Amino acid sequence: MQVLSKIFTKQSTYVPLVAIVLGLLVGAIVMWLGGYDPIVAYGAMLDKIFGSTYDFGEAIRQVTPLIFTGLAVAFAFRAGLFNIGVEGQFITGMTAATWIGINLNLPWFIHMPLAVIVGGIAGALWAGIAGWLKASRGVNEVISTIMLNWIAYYFANFMVRVVMVEPGQNRTKDIQGTASASIDWLVTLMDNARVHWGTVVAILCSFVFYYVLWKTRQGYELRASGFNPDAAHYAGMNVKGSIVKAMMFSGGLAGLGGAFESLGVFKSMAVMNALPGYGFDGIAVSLLGGNNPFGIIFGGILFGFLSYGSTGMSFEADVPNEIIRIVIGAVIFFVAIHGIVKWFLKPFFRKRREDKKEAA
Amino acid sequence: MEHQPIVAELKGITKRFPGIVANDNISFQLRKGEIHALLGENGAGKSTLMNILFGLYQPDEGHIEINGEPVVIDGAGKAIELRIGMVHQHFKLVKPFTVAENIILGNEPTKGIEVDIKSANVRVRELSDQYGLKVDPRFRIEDITVGMQQRVEILKTLYRGADILIFDEPSAVLTVQEIDELMEILRALAREGKSIIIITHKLKEIMALADTCTVIRRGKVVGSVNVKESSERQLAELMVGRSVNFQVNKEKSKPGKAILELSGLTVQGEHGKAVVEDVTFQIRAGEIFGIAGVDGNGQTQLVEAITGMRKANSGSIKVNGKELFGASVRNVTEAGVSHIPEDRHKHGLVLDFTVSENMVLNNYYKEPYSRTGILNYKAIDDNASKLAQQFDVRMSSIHTEARQLSGGNQQKAIIARELTRDPELIIAVQPTRGLDVGAIEFVHKQLVEARNAGKAVLLVSFELEELYGLSDRLAVIYEGRIMGQMEADEKNEEQIGLMMAGNVMGDAQRHTV
Repeated sequence: MQVLSKIFTKQSTYVPLVAIVLGLLVGAIVMWLGGYDPIVAYGAMLDKIFGSTYDFGEAIRQVTPLIFTGLAVAFAFRAGLFNIGVEGQFITGMTAATWIGINLNLPWFIHMPLAVIVGGIAGALWAGIAGWLKASRGVNEVISTIMLNWIAYYFANFMVRVVMVEPGQNRTKDIQGTASASIDWLVTLMDNARVHWGTVVAILCSFVFYYVLWKTRQGYELRASGFNPDAAHYAGMNVKGSIVKAMMFSGGLAGLGGAFESLGVFKSMAVMNALPGYGFDGIAVSLLGGNNPFGIIFGGILFGFLSYGSTGMSFEADVPNEIIRIVIGAVIFFVAIHGIVKWFLKPFFRKRREDKKEAA
Repeated sequence: MEHQPIVAELKGITKRFPGIVANDNISFQLRKGEIHALLGENGAGKSTLMNILFGLYQPDEGHIEINGEPVVIDGAGKAIELRIGMVHQHFKLVKPFTVAENIILGNEPTKGIEVDIKSANVRVRELSDQYGLKVDPRFRIEDITVGMQQRVEILKTLYRGADILIFDEPSAVLTVQEIDELMEILRALAREGKSIIIITHKLKEIMALADTCTVIRRGKVVGSVNVKESSERQLAELMVGRSVNFQVNKEKSKPGKAILELSGLTVQGEHGKAVVEDVTFQIRAGEIFGIAGVDGNGQTQLVEAITGMRKANSGSIKVNGKELFGASVRNVTEAGVSHIPEDRHKHGLVLDFTVSENMVLNNYYKEPYSRTGILNYKAIDDNASKLAQQFDVRMSSIHTEARQLSGGNQQKAIIARELTRDPELIIAVQPTRGLDVGAIEFVHKQLVEARNAGKAVLLVSFELEELYGLSDRLAVIYEGRIMGQMEADEKNEEQIGLMMAGNVMGDAQRHTV
């Protein structure tokens, strides 16, 4: 329990909330300056998200990969690593799962889980390359993962265009029905919104994340290595091994996200014209959630809902897409500069803050 | 000093932090041209008081007078305006900038729109010469020694016209020679009419340097004494509030079988040069073996090689007869070696972990702290509570982050962890660095008790007195080589001094061991 209360301090809860409000306020001012009615716009956004069961299901669909990528970024971060490569690990997981989905003929209770697991393993191995490079050669993981992103991207496009292509189209063949991760009864119930098991798995992963990092011996080592690799070395921990393990766990989460995006949503994979951005959004989500596994669920919901709701804003309140991106950007900006938000909240936290400073 | 005018006076200063009164109705007078020491235990409230004088904190009660005028110091800017300067313990310098660039930062002389670096260089050199600081304004900060960086900080305050200089534990980061130089500089500054406050808990420096000493205990002034009429013992008693035993009481050692046996141990540094060369010695159960030497003569590498943190190149390391050459840190730990590391922040603790988590840093994987890969927080917490009580580690709770503890309590936590793992060999590197006399006494007692309980202790220290007081036998290390071994006795002081400077022990003494 003490660990729970430690990662859910008052401040870590209030600061993102206030940051969100400030971000929305700035967004409102921008819209107002641009001659749009922010109230109508935000109303349209809410309506777009909660207006129909279909839209609500689709909004959840939008949230799911963000939780996976957010968790992936946060896990590496907790172990002292900045995994920019979640993007590439996501794509790798997606490609591997799609391949399994298309090419194997298995009963559904094996096929779908197998495709998902292979997707996760593919992401883990992809991230493991960067981890291994760092551990054995000291290559900075930021640089290696950025490079690996591009390799994953072009490799995935090659797989889609050449190996798995649906003749005459810019995408792969459809996956077998047995590999689908859709929750069929719920899809019917929600007017064909593409809801899938990935959402459930994502939330389970938050708990696994929490359990592994704070309850297991392995997690203790990962956190120690993340906070202070020198002390971890002094204490006889295998710091290099921790780097590889943390990267693989992180990449595995990303790979799972990618697998579900293909198996649950698109049922195939299209040629990508650019990096799709799931991984980069994951960095923002991880930040929004304060690198906390449960905070990330909320961060993912916020980010996903904002981006899904934005289509409503442009459609109904006629707010151009650029302005909507400003609103989203403003929210993340305020979370990122939480120092300023804390300053804004200072009068409320003065007591706590001084509490921490031991009289010298 | 009494006839000199008062340049700064703090009257009835009270500063409260939640749960603690850091300064309780403190009054303090600083006279022109004096060196005034502010003495107190770790966490007594010295730094808080000086941060109030420098404008970083506002007092809850009381006020400040500078040259007889009541003032409100609401920030460092205001303090500088009032000609108060502060040299912090951790320097605030821009590493890639030159000395002169750092000094003028925020107050640059200009020629047109350009920074006039030439006249800055000239001005800095003038100041440096005036006070004998020997600083070349054109050097880059990253290329100069810590001692010189500190002198740059001093120049910075002088450049801004400070007449009152506050030093926060200035000697903590310096080598012995640098401390001597610093003392000369401080005396020169005082002669030039600057008034100096130094925060410290080193009694020797106060005796050597200060005119007046104000002692603070638990936020209150317990006395302000004329140093010439006082003694180290009196100051120590004022500081901790009880009589302090400087001498370590220990009986003659009764050494048992050899625990640590080093032979021909050689470690190469980054440039292929041997930093530890052909080191051979043994430590027996129930004795404290001290290693004397000036900092940077291979002590760090020697300890890292024994503990498995660094790869040795050749030789043999045996603990209890078991060869540990090339063994991992974990293997060395398992063989019964405890290590109180030199740098408690870098190696000894994970500062972001709780005290409780830190207390199992090197046995977290064992029962009962974890079972089948799952941590048992109850056992971990119980262990921490027990150790904290046994070793008097003071903190608000065992779930406090290690970062929040004072240096002395951090060190006690490490010592508690390392001594209670039931080791055969305890390696203690600078175990009392930065501690006040009360804590030092405690640590020394613990090490002697461990020795009496039949442990072998390897003590590495730069303080000769500590080595004489604790060790049963001594070795001197110079440039990675052992210059000689002998009984730890002040009678050997001259000999030891010579060896620390690189002279091999004379043949006659060699046979006495």
